[in-house]
Amino acid sequence: MPEVDEPARAGGGAPVVLRLDGITKRFGGLTANDAISLALKSGEILALLGENGAGKTTLMSILFGHYVADEGTIEAFGRRLPAGSPKAAITAGIGMVHQHFTLGENLSVLDNIVLGTESLWKPTQGRAEAREKVEHLARHFGLAVDPRKLVRDLSVGERQRVEILKALYRGARILILDEPTAVLAPKEVESLFATLKAMVAEGLSIIFISHKLNEVMAVADRVAVLRQGRLVAGMPIAEASNESLAHAMVGRAIALPQREPLAPGEIVMQLAGVSMAGGGGRTPLQDLHLLLYGREILGIAGVSGNGQGALAALLCGLALPDEGSFELLGETVTTTSPAGMQRRGVGRIPEDRHAVGVVGDLPVEENFILEASGDRRFCGLGILKGRVIRRHARALIERFDIRGADPTTTTRALSGGNMQKVILARVLSAKPRVILANQPTRGLDVGAAAKVQQLLFEARAEGAGIILISEDLEELLQVSDRIAVLYQGRLSQPVPAEEADLTALGLLMSGHGEFERYRREAGHAA
Amino acid sequence: MDILEIFVTLGFWAALVRMATPLIFGTLGELICERAGVLNLGIEGIMTMGAMVAWFWVYQGGDLWTAVLVAAAAGALFGLLHSVFSVYLGLSQHVTGIGITLLASSLSYFAFRMLLPNVTTPPKIDPFKPFAIPLLSEIPYLGTVLFTQSPLTYLAFALVPVVGYGLYRTPLGLAVRMVGENPLAVEAQGIDVHRLRTAAVMLGSAFMAVGGAFLTISVFDAFYIGMINGRGWICVALVIFASWRPGKALAGALLFAAFEALQIRVQQASSAFIPYQFFLMMPYVLSILAMIVMSRRAAYPKALLVPFRKGER
Amino acid sequence: MRLEPRAHAPFWLNLTAPIAAIGLAFAFCALLILWSGAPIIDSYAALLRGAFGSTFALTETLTRAAPLIFTGLAAAVAFRAKLWNIGGEGQLYAGALAATWVGTGMVHLPPFLMVPFLFLVGAVAGGLLLLLPVILKLKLRVDEVVTTLLLNFVVILFANYLLFGPWKDPLAMGWPQAAPIIDEGILGTLVPRMRLHSGLIWAVAFAVFAWAFIRFTRWGFQIRAVGYNPEAAAFAGMPIGATVLRTALLSGGLAGMAGVCELAGAKGYLTIDISPGFGYTGIAVAMLAGLHPLGVVAAAIFVAAIYNGADAMSRAMSISNYLADVLTATALLLVLASVLFVRFRPQWR
Repeated sequence: MPEVDEPARAGGGAPVVLRLDGITKRFGGLTANDAISLALKSGEILALLGENGAGKTTLMSILFGHYVADEGTIEAFGRRLPAGSPKAAITAGIGMVHQHFTLGENLSVLDNIVLGTESLWKPTQGRAEAREKVEHLARHFGLAVDPRKLVRDLSVGERQRVEILKALYRGARILILDEPTAVLAPKEVESLFATLKAMVAEGLSIIFISHKLNEVMAVADRVAVLRQGRLVAGMPIAEASNESLAHAMVGRAIALPQREPLAPGEIVMQLAGVSMAGGGGRTPLQDLHLLLYGREILGIAGVSGNGQGALAALLCGLALPDEGSFELLGETVTTTSPAGMQRRGVGRIPEDRHAVGVVGDLPVEENFILEASGDRRFCGLGILKGRVIRRHARALIERFDIRGADPTTTTRALSGGNMQKVILARVLSAKPRVILANQPTRGLDVGAAAKVQQLLFEARAEGAGIILISEDLEELLQVSDRIAVLYQGRLSQPVPAEEADLTALGLLMSGHGEFERYRREAGHAA
Repeated sequence: MDILEIFVTLGFWAALVRMATPLIFGTLGELICERAGVLNLGIEGIMTMGAMVAWFWVYQGGDLWTAVLVAAAAGALFGLLHSVFSVYLGLSQHVTGIGITLLASSLSYFAFRMLLPNVTTPPKIDPFKPFAIPLLSEIPYLGTVLFTQSPLTYLAFALVPVVGYGLYRTPLGLAVRMVGENPLAVEAQGIDVHRLRTAAVMLGSAFMAVGGAFLTISVFDAFYIGMINGRGWICVALVIFASWRPGKALAGALLFAAFEALQIRVQQASSAFIPYQFFLMMPYVLSILAMIVMSRRAAYPKALLVPFRKGER
Repeated sequence: MRLEPRAHAPFWLNLTAPIAAIGLAFAFCALLILWSGAPIIDSYAALLRGAFGSTFALTETLTRAAPLIFTGLAAAVAFRAKLWNIGGEGQLYAGALAATWVGTGMVHLPPFLMVPFLFLVGAVAGGLLLLLPVILKLKLRVDEVVTTLLLNFVVILFANYLLFGPWKDPLAMGWPQAAPIIDEGILGTLVPRMRLHSGLIWAVAFAVFAWAFIRFTRWGFQIRAVGYNPEAAAFAGMPIGATVLRTALLSGGLAGMAGVCELAGAKGYLTIDISPGFGYTGIAVAMLAGLHPLGVVAAAIFVAAIYNGADAMSRAMSISNYLADVLTATALLLVLASVLFVRFRPQWR
């Protein structure tokens, strides 16, 4: 990787390559972007910092032509960019790496990269030259990936490299990366940052979208902070500090809920030597040992795709261990049944709230009883008790502070945070003794996330044992009593949060520490 | 007649190739639509419409090849209508398709009745004559089967490699395959998803209509009500049977035509003890069986049935 | 254009959007009438008279609506659960066949039992016929759209075989029809000297039942949840397979009862043309009703009126009565689009 010296790339006099002027975008009553003006200089990394829902992704979607702004203009390399056309953005030299990759799984890497680069009416494809060019770019920027492989066989990190190669292949001079580190292990993050620095050394300019302060401080030359759709701060990174950026980002003091020490209760769940096949593209679990006590939150850290899916499937009643035993409240689980899990007192908060957590087309009141429609409170002789259900819904909306909802509101129309509260209300009102919370705060703003954490603490105080799966180490350290790391389907020894530190956990997440020997074994096998 | 004897008669093999023709057109058309992520259940009606307009064009004194073009254009038009609902508005592809089938077939019948009021027996036209390809048709046995066919049959067989090449070896084909897998990937590369899907559905629908036209201006010499008789639905089953691959689609269509040709001949031979209705059921039963057999291997285009709405992610 | 979900669909929109769509369908068909060279207003007046203009017209329309209510309900219930049952036509024939089998002398019951018995037998036959594609869907993930469609052809050919073969009534002077249903099984007429029979009352009763079932029962709730989001329903512990099977039995059963309704009501004996496509038209009825069981009653009467009216119009104005099919298909597509605008608010940027 070529070394780059600071002054060369953050030169104050570098020409502006991209200028956003007064961009405003409204969705119904919500102003997602409010008169935002930004300039990106040649050869710099500009970090766009802001919490979830601050308008970062909206702004970049406008820049890339997915959305059309209500007001404002965009200039790239001195030329006005027509609105609403990804094609125009690409032609102007803008490349975008979306947070959710836009790849065709059953097509090859090369197919994914060359798509759209040739005229659609050409009768032939120039595959040989294309592959050479891709391989050259890959070598040059350290983006190792085999162009012949099918995308479905690639790891998350490799897929991201394909996304970057897509942009480079099209000759992008400006690269936008939307939360690129969310899916990467700390080690992969380092290698991504090295690639980014190599690219700016070649004169490319980069916009790096993130909500993680440390990363912004580590990689950016300049930072712009968005809050509630407004640009609230902009400065060279040299003048910024973690504290000043955090203040700008949040703007208001949000009292993060504090974990109060509680004596753990009895064992509520026990995994002994659990191994299970992944299924559905999930990483299989290998020889998991885990004890969960009442009145504790056990955090599961790890880069996504390291077995979280299988573990969640196990606790949700969607799968059974192939080997080992799975005991809940002293009873061995022997059948797969989501309904059975509920009966045993397991509350489940799924990872994807839109697709799995709620039925968006049903009203809020019916989503509250989705799991309990057979409960004698809500149903007699197969007939639903409409009035009871309505009262139940009113009470939950009130108690869980679900804004903008009445019992008959279509759930789809709620914001992400309020939708998550609907799920929490449903799960927690059943007074579960074991709770699986899979990424419960992902995509929520700080206020909504704090509320979710608060609710988990309340459940803990009432005696529940909680498994919290999260990719956010800082959240885990703040919320959990103990933390364990999942790596390639294996679970590390849980450590009390007080004794855990970021570095050690980060190493575990990339397969060091106690995982070292498995990594070697895997190396031998390959 | 012994069943084995059927296989050595020329008539059987020639009929097989002829009967496969509309299925090849229809299956290729449906395949193109589905590869782009759109299930086109309008196929039954679009084939009816193609049959009707082509027949009418020739009946009015038009040229046979122009009739094929007119049918294709009519098919493309209904493909466009399908796209407006299923692609641009993102409505249920199932219901849209059924609606298109109802609309296209009822419009065909309405037009047929309007254009020819007070006719009890449908008037005849001069259909395509079998065209003997010089030299090739003189090959003993094979020449008569393969190279003395309707020109539209040659066209159908020629389209199989063309569609295969188009899908797998051209930039447009890559885009079509990608839009059936992940429309976001296509949009992110600067290609308009809606336009691409619409183009695929229109092209596919044009194929279907030509398949219908084959029936009126090549096999039969008249149009009559209900003449498509489920052939469109069989094509939908064949696409699944073919795992969305043009080569296998051809194989499937030939296999089906073989059963149909066999069925007619066995029926003549054995009508005494097996009622003919059971032979007529065979193509439908076989289609269901084919789908059961292929069910484990069915690799659906991932974005099939999933509407794409711009700015929704 | 972008579509934003509405938190609440305003009531007036729920009502006016489909009506506007149907108005557009009539406008489109006016062009076809114009093409035929007939005066538009007079033609539509003839259609209206043919549908509702006399006791005879009105009772005929309602007679035709009865089986359409059943097949419309069959489609509505299935589509609610995203079970794409396009096999209503075949299930109708299955119901009629089964009822003919037991109703032409095999079983003798007093009338107040015989009629419900025939409906039950027809429902079981229709439900069982749909069970096959549904089990294939659940076990092997075979697409039910194509299998249900293809089974229509199989069942109708089977009926054809029976009517030309073993079941052919020797007393029918060579016509391919089965022996008549015994008198105890015949649905009584509602209006003297008219064809309208008590099948309509059965149909409306089942519409109310289907509505209450979907709206107020736990199983109905499961049908809705599974239809909107099967993954979330499964995660919440709902039995997906059982729900789909129940839906299939209900949907196929309703379509089977349509066959009984025609057999024991309008016709009295089984013929091969017992259904002029009621199964397919039922899909249009269900969509026009927005899959609402009570709406199905209104939509079925509307569609029946179009068909009967078009018959009268075609006699009076020499316009092909296929106009009714065109009108129904156009209305189906336009209402489908209008429902989208009820659920979502279009944003033009």
